[in-house]
Amino acid sequence: MKTAAMPGTPEAMRAALARRNRFRLWEALPWLIAAAAYFAFDSYLALGAQILATVLFALSVDLVLGYAGIITLGHAAFFGVGAYTAGILAANGWGEPLTGLLAAALAAGIIGIVSGAVILRTTGLTLLMQTLVVATMLLEAANKATRITGGADGLQGMDVWSIFGVFRFDLFGRTAYLYCLVVLFLCWLLTRRIVHSPFGLALNGIRENVARMHAIGSPVGRRRLVVYAISAALAGIAGALIAQTTQFVGLGVLGLERSGSVLIMLIIGGVGQLYGAFIGVPLYMIAQDRFSAIDPVYWYFWIGLFMVLLVVFARGGVLGTIERLRRRAS
Amino acid sequence: MTEAFAAVVSIAFHGLALAMVLYLISVGLSVTMGLMGFINLAHGVFAMAGGYAMTTLMSRAGVPFPLALAAAVAVAVVASFVLEWLLYRRLYGGDELDQVLLTMGLVFMSVAIANYFWGPVSQPMLLPPLLSGHLDLGFREFPSYRSFLIVTGAVLVTVLWLGLERTRFGAQIRAAVDNLRMAQSVGINTSRLFTLSFALGSGLAALGGGLGADIIPIDPNYALANLVYFLIVVSVGGLGSIRGPFVAALLLGTADTAFKYLVPELGAFFIYALTMAVLLWRPRGLFGLAR
Repeated sequence: MKTAAMPGTPEAMRAALARRNRFRLWEALPWLIAAAAYFAFDSYLALGAQILATVLFALSVDLVLGYAGIITLGHAAFFGVGAYTAGILAANGWGEPLTGLLAAALAAGIIGIVSGAVILRTTGLTLLMQTLVVATMLLEAANKATRITGGADGLQGMDVWSIFGVFRFDLFGRTAYLYCLVVLFLCWLLTRRIVHSPFGLALNGIRENVARMHAIGSPVGRRRLVVYAISAALAGIAGALIAQTTQFVGLGVLGLERSGSVLIMLIIGGVGQLYGAFIGVPLYMIAQDRFSAIDPVYWYFWIGLFMVLLVVFARGGVLGTIERLRRRAS
Repeated sequence: MTEAFAAVVSIAFHGLALAMVLYLISVGLSVTMGLMGFINLAHGVFAMAGGYAMTTLMSRAGVPFPLALAAAVAVAVVASFVLEWLLYRRLYGGDELDQVLLTMGLVFMSVAIANYFWGPVSQPMLLPPLLSGHLDLGFREFPSYRSFLIVTGAVLVTVLWLGLERTRFGAQIRAAVDNLRMAQSVGINTSRLFTLSFALGSGLAALGGGLGADIIPIDPNYALANLVYFLIVVSVGGLGSIRGPFVAALLLGTADTAFKYLVPELGAFFIYALTMAVLLWRPRGLFGLAR
């Protein structure tokens, strides 16, 4: 049957979605900048790799917060589980990085499904608290399981092998940077695909009006759980990237500060637009790097002031401000 | 007296003292979040400001205890008026994420400011001679200061509850928490109400921070390190409730003391597990309004 041209059919809708979400030219911009940075800031590649992994982490938060409206202050749980999974594997004789990433994604995804099944029935402040509590319980567990995690001293003796047995992780962070960049790119492709799919649209609906989504028969609970698990797996990959490229895992990967700062970075960039992470994370981390170089003790003040000023003068983050300016211009 | 009984008494006593401090600090947060729907992660900053003002006045300027306490409250109230007028007001009814960003920014700034003026070590609390000894209650002795803390806390809680139940201002707050639009429709100046209750909450936080400087040490990371505890009290107690946080503070105070006493290694873990269980059982908190 030839129904593709008929408006209103699933096929036509899918085609319309695909047309609306085809790749735009400007979407190449972050990748061009990242590639240019590889050549331009040769001595900052270690920081660059950290930034790229954190962008992935922020992207995973954006998926739950910006699209499904799940406000979380505990995403470090998954980041940390990923980091520890990759770290423990590498410290115990399996340093192959790619399978390490997969194992990390799997472990974090499982924790995401299990914890999500329990806590996602709540909303608002209660949900925020539940996410925080899950992360803190994992932190306490990691702190006590000294024999496996190294406890407060951190995980020692990681040995990460070369990628494909060819590309060794070098001292200057060249391999680390490119490795993070490629992984981030693949995960971004996946995320982009998800948010523009019918599933992604359903998530938008849940964020905007849960009651209505229930009313039209959308399986709200299941969709929230699925996106939570996907996001957890992505966060796990981000954690594993940091663990593999720095060859160290400390308790900080599970901490409240990690969850809080990634949220802040995402808000600075702009939430729910897929590119907020690409703007907010480099902005915050480079500012942090610069401020702490200029003023090692009190840089917290400047970053705090920056956040306050941003709320007063540039509501909605960088992307929100650009959008507002564009609307005013037109 | 058996040892087990002594342990129970000791846990109850210290738990109660901690609960009073936690309640005084957190009750304002419950009102701000319940009344204005404002996620104020910087609430602990006011408690910290109170603690610093009080310990500094007492140790460096030799100001007597009651005066220093009053000054600490005054500092926090004035600061809250200024911040509310300058920053918070813009975000009422706005995006939650902007509120998170603003208040976390304030917390970060407070960490640096406290570090700049007082350095990284925690501030000693100089107790007045009258309160620094022990109080003999016949069957055993209790530290005077904590006994004083419990009595003071109980008095303040009573005053607060009576005020909320019996005064016009209290009725207006209850009305606005229940139904903001309706409250506006019957002519309550909710904007003024917000400002006043925000200042009141901040003043109480400073009182809690100052009085509790002996229990929750005053250091630059105060607002960040204790945020989770304040949030637990508010979420377990129920948003917008005045009594809920009291019950939650009692629970958290005694549980925290008991776990740290009985299973020091896993104490924090149990606290979080308990919080999670309560919130799964009562997602709106123990005394939260069904909305």
